[in-house]
Amino acid sequence: MSIAPDRLSPDQDDFYNTLIQAHEGLSEAQSHAMNARLILLMANRIGDLAVLTDLIETARSYADG
Amino acid sequence: MAYDYTPFPYVAPPGLTGTEPRHAVAIVGAGPIGLAMAVDLAQRGIRSVVLDDNNVVSVGSRAICWSKRTLEIFDRLGIGQRMLEKGVTWKVGRQFYGDREVYNFDLLPEDGHKYPAFINLQQYYVEEYLVARAGEFPELIDLRFKNKVVGHQDKGDFVALQIETPDGEYQIEADYLIACDGAGSATRQRMGLEFSGQTFEEQFLIADIEMEQSPFGDEDVPERWFWFDPTFHPGKSALLHMQPDNIYRIDLQLDADADGKAEAAEDKVVPRIKAIVGDKPFKLDWVSVYKFRCIKLDQMVHNRVIFVGDSAHVVSPFGARGGNGGIQDVDNLGWKLAAVLTDNAPASLIRTYHQERSHGAAENIKNSSRSTNFMTPKTPIEALFRAEALTLAQDQPFAQKLLNSGRLSVPCSLEGMDLQTPGTAQVAPGRALIDAPLESETGSSWLLNEVQGQFTLVGFGDVVLPDLPSVRRIGINQRADYPCFTATNGHAIRRYGSGKAYLFRPDGHVCAVFDPPTEQSVLAARARALGAELEENAA
Repeated sequence: MSIAPDRLSPDQDDFYNTLIQAHEGLSEAQSHAMNARLILLMANRIGDLAVLTDLIETARSYADG
Repeated sequence: MAYDYTPFPYVAPPGLTGTEPRHAVAIVGAGPIGLAMAVDLAQRGIRSVVLDDNNVVSVGSRAICWSKRTLEIFDRLGIGQRMLEKGVTWKVGRQFYGDREVYNFDLLPEDGHKYPAFINLQQYYVEEYLVARAGEFPELIDLRFKNKVVGHQDKGDFVALQIETPDGEYQIEADYLIACDGAGSATRQRMGLEFSGQTFEEQFLIADIEMEQSPFGDEDVPERWFWFDPTFHPGKSALLHMQPDNIYRIDLQLDADADGKAEAAEDKVVPRIKAIVGDKPFKLDWVSVYKFRCIKLDQMVHNRVIFVGDSAHVVSPFGARGGNGGIQDVDNLGWKLAAVLTDNAPASLIRTYHQERSHGAAENIKNSSRSTNFMTPKTPIEALFRAEALTLAQDQPFAQKLLNSGRLSVPCSLEGMDLQTPGTAQVAPGRALIDAPLESETGSSWLLNEVQGQFTLVGFGDVVLPDLPSVRRIGINQRADYPCFTATNGHAIRRYGSGKAYLFRPDGHVCAVFDPPTEQSVLAARARALGAELEENAA
C-alpha cells in the first residue's frame, strides 16, 4: 500500500459535493452499481496496471482496520 | 462566572412629544451588526438612530467565533484590541473519528499579523463593547432601547417608520433604513420578501457550561475539537469550544425527529454533558435546541431599505460564517453609504453593496451547506462515503482534506467586480488586505492601521507615488516626503511584492494596482471604486 500526495485540494469540496449529488435519487443498489461503473471508468482513465494494482492493494489494506 | 445581564436604560424619545427632524440613517436592531453599523457610520461623521425592541444584550453566547478579518474590522471600529484581550485565542482544530484523532489543522502558521486566525468570545461581550463604543459618539449615535419598529414605508427618497415604546407610539423619517434585525427580520416580513432555501432536518443541542477544570483532557488547551461519531454520542457529531470565564460551548447533533423542548430540559442535557466531561463538576449556563437554514435574500438593497447581516442571509453555524459574514457586510456598506450621503458618490454605489456582499453570502451558504451535508449524511451511500473518507484520513493526506466539519470563514474576495480596476499582483484587486508589521521612526504599526478607513495608496519598495489631495499615501521600504515605514522582517514586501503600488478602499480591499502609478491612473481607479463607471451613471 502507499500514501499518495493530495491532488484534490483546493477543489476537494467541489469534488465531494459532485460525487454525493450524483447519487441523489438512486436506490442503494443503484448507487453501488454506479460506484462500480465509476471505478471501472477511473481505472481506464488511469490506464496503468502497476498504479491500479497499488491502488487496489491500498484500498484493501484498510479492510480490517 | 456567568454574565450579568444588566438592562440598558430606556429614555423617552423626542418623537413622542414633537416631530423629529429627518434622520440620515435609521438602524433597526442593536445586535452586533446594527451597533457596528452605527459605529462605522459615526466614525465617518454620519448620524444614525438605532432602534431596538429589547434592552439587554443577547442572552446566551450565540456567535462566539470571530475571525481574523472580523477582528481587523473591529480594530478599525475601536473594539478589536478589547475583544482580543478578553477572548480565547485558538488556531488549532482537531477532528476525531470515534475516539481517535484523524486530522488537525493550524489556522495561522505564520507570524507577522496583528490578529490571530480566530478568537472565541461570547456575543454578549461584543455587544457590550459596541454599546460602550457607541457611547463615545453621543452627537452621532442615538441608541434607543425598548423602541420597537412596528411599521415602515418606503416613500421613494426617504423611509417613514412607526415605533412603539413603553410610553406610546411615534413616527420618524430617515433617508435610509438599515435592517439589522436578524434572521427573523420583521422589516423583511413586512415587505413580504421571499426568504426560502435549504432547511436542514437535523436538530442540534447547544450548551454553554461553566467549569473550573478543562474538558480538553488533562491539558487546558484552547482548541476546536470536532468529533464524527464519538463513543460518547454514537452516530452523531459533537463540537467543543472554549470561551472566556471558564465557559465551554458544546454542540451536539440530535436526531431529526427529536423533541426539541424535551432535549433542552436539564435532566436530558446533564447526562449528555457528563458523557463528554466525565466527573468534572460543571454548571449549565445556557441551553438551546435549534435547526438551521441556509438562505439569502435575492436582493439586499430595496431602494431606501438595506438588509445587513442575518436579516439578509442565514447559514448553518459550522464554519463561523454568520456573525463574521455580517461584519463584512457592515464593512462593505459603511463607507459607501457615507460617500453617498455626503454627495461624494452616486446613489448607485449602494447597489454594489448587493453585488459584493451577495456574492459573499452565496459563498458562505455554499460552504456551510457542504459542511452540514458532510456532518449529517442523508443516505446509506453518503454515510458509506463519509465513513471511508474518515478511514482513509488516518494516513492519506487527501482524505484528511476531505473531512469537513466547517470550512472556517476566510475573507471574501471581490475580484472581478465592478468597482475594482483589473490588474495582476500578489494580492489581486478585490482581495482584502493581508496584514503585516511596520516600523517607523515614531514607533511600530500594522498595515491594517495605516490603510483601513480611507482610500490609501501604498508604495511597496522602489516605486514613486504621485501627490493627490484625496488619497492618503504611505511608503514601505522607501524614502519620500509622505509617511514611510520599514517592513518588519520583510513581511509586507514578501506579501505584496516590491516595486508596485496598491490602492486600498476604505474597507481595506485592494481596488487597483499600479506599476508605476500616475496621478491619472490613481484618480481613475479611485473614481471607479466610488461608482463613477457604474452603468446607470454613464452619460
